[in-house]
Amino acid sequence: MIDSLFDLVLCALIIFVAFAAVSGRDLFTAIVFFIVYGLMVAIAWLRLEAIDVALAEAAIGAGLTGVLLLGAYGRFKNIDAARMGSWVPLPVLIVIALAATGLSAAVGVVLIALDPNGLGLIPAVNANIAQSGVFNPVTAVLLNFRAYDTLLESIVLVVALVGVWTLADNSAWGQRVGKTQSVRANGVLQSFGRTLPPIGLMIGIYFVWAGSSQPGGAFQGGTILAAVGLLSAMAGLFPPPRVNDARLRLSVIAGPILFLAVAIAGTAWGGMFVLPADLAYGLILAIEIVLALSIAITLMLLVLGPPEMTETPQ
Amino acid sequence: MMTWASGWLIYGLTGATLIGLGLFGFASHTNLLRRILAFNVVGSGIFLVFGATGFRVPELGADAVPQALIITGIVVALSATALAVSLITRHASLSGSATLPDDDREDR
Amino acid sequence: MITDALTIVLTGTGLIFFVAGTVGLLRFPDTHSRLHALTKADNLGLGLVIAGLMVQVPSPLDAGKLVLVWALAILAAGTTAQLVARSALKKGQSAPDDEGMQ
Repeated sequence: MIDSLFDLVLCALIIFVAFAAVSGRDLFTAIVFFIVYGLMVAIAWLRLEAIDVALAEAAIGAGLTGVLLLGAYGRFKNIDAARMGSWVPLPVLIVIALAATGLSAAVGVVLIALDPNGLGLIPAVNANIAQSGVFNPVTAVLLNFRAYDTLLESIVLVVALVGVWTLADNSAWGQRVGKTQSVRANGVLQSFGRTLPPIGLMIGIYFVWAGSSQPGGAFQGGTILAAVGLLSAMAGLFPPPRVNDARLRLSVIAGPILFLAVAIAGTAWGGMFVLPADLAYGLILAIEIVLALSIAITLMLLVLGPPEMTETPQ
Repeated sequence: MMTWASGWLIYGLTGATLIGLGLFGFASHTNLLRRILAFNVVGSGIFLVFGATGFRVPELGADAVPQALIITGIVVALSATALAVSLITRHASLSGSATLPDDDREDR
Repeated sequence: MITDALTIVLTGTGLIFFVAGTVGLLRFPDTHSRLHALTKADNLGLGLVIAGLMVQVPSPLDAGKLVLVWALAILAAGTTAQLVARSALKKGQSAPDDEGMQ
């Protein structure tokens, strides 16, 4: 009873915060509410016992997306208020509100009609986990049972980065990625940027390592490593890499390439993505480690954005 | 047997509400950054609906397949958001506007 | 039994600090006094909640992880509070006798 009460209060808060994020008075308020929203949704994932998703939501959905939106907000500051956009006209607003309510109701009806005792794919996962090479069922699905999804996703990350980079100004090409950061030397941000990375590196590597048997894995660990890199870059502790650095590009594609190579090697054991049970653990761990590195660097580059620096290269 | 208090259904219906809220926000603002934000609310609503259906029998724990697909989805949503943010900041720096030309009050 | 009582007392006290911090955030007039309410009360509140949870965990390793969470939260809160305060000072939003913004 008290459990359902907690769930009801949490869900009411999530909807309230989402409403504030969607209709907040000014853009900054809306973004701050969106970050709070992401953290609350992460708590909802914990209640649904999806710890891996909770980690990903908190780190990516709230953390990195929040940084992206705040960064964009900073660049919108010099736009006149008249060109910042507004609500659509009231008649259109009413139509949209009706359509949105209808969609929510339709999804709700489908959910209520669902078999409340449906098991989904739990029996299938449980029956095959012993052959997967790992003990965390989520990692087994990500890197073995449905590895093709994960491979394509790691390629989507690279494609998105290529898309972001194509938006660079011609004059900025070859420069360091992102905006020039202005940070006070030895200020609070710099000392924070020096204190946190050792702890963050340790936690990120632990997450990748723990992913085979506990919640964690390449995505969660890679996101923490990306956050460490972003913090150090934003604190001005190391200059962001140049967009045409060959080592940088290699590290972005290393994960997908290793993943693809293992997938193709699977044809020797009976088909694409087939991992023999006795080698699966080693192969999955190798993919996870290299993929985590690629994910970390790609996510960091995605958040930093295309090169915009104007100073001449030294 | 179904009760209205089953945990998964509460979260599923919350997800359904978020999809509508996000859609409303997406279509009701002309500011492109607000649209990206609302698009992310739609996304997490869909994830919540999907994830809740994997937790219909709490004794068995959460279904790993939706969890894995949702993690994939969260990362893809971030990639799309990063690309969209780069597009609109470039658009803003070239046009001085945070909206699409059709929605820009001054251009009308 | 005794550990449960300890948990209830400690987390309950922690929550009171959270409420106080939130009231301060909502009621105080300017950025600096709001930060003051928020960081001090919430860091202490979180510490009490963590202490309340520590008596429940099975191993010292888990207790260590909880302490790490607290330490990281304090570090992050302190840093962001400094940055927010500095940025507010630059904008002149928080002169000592400010009537409050907005």
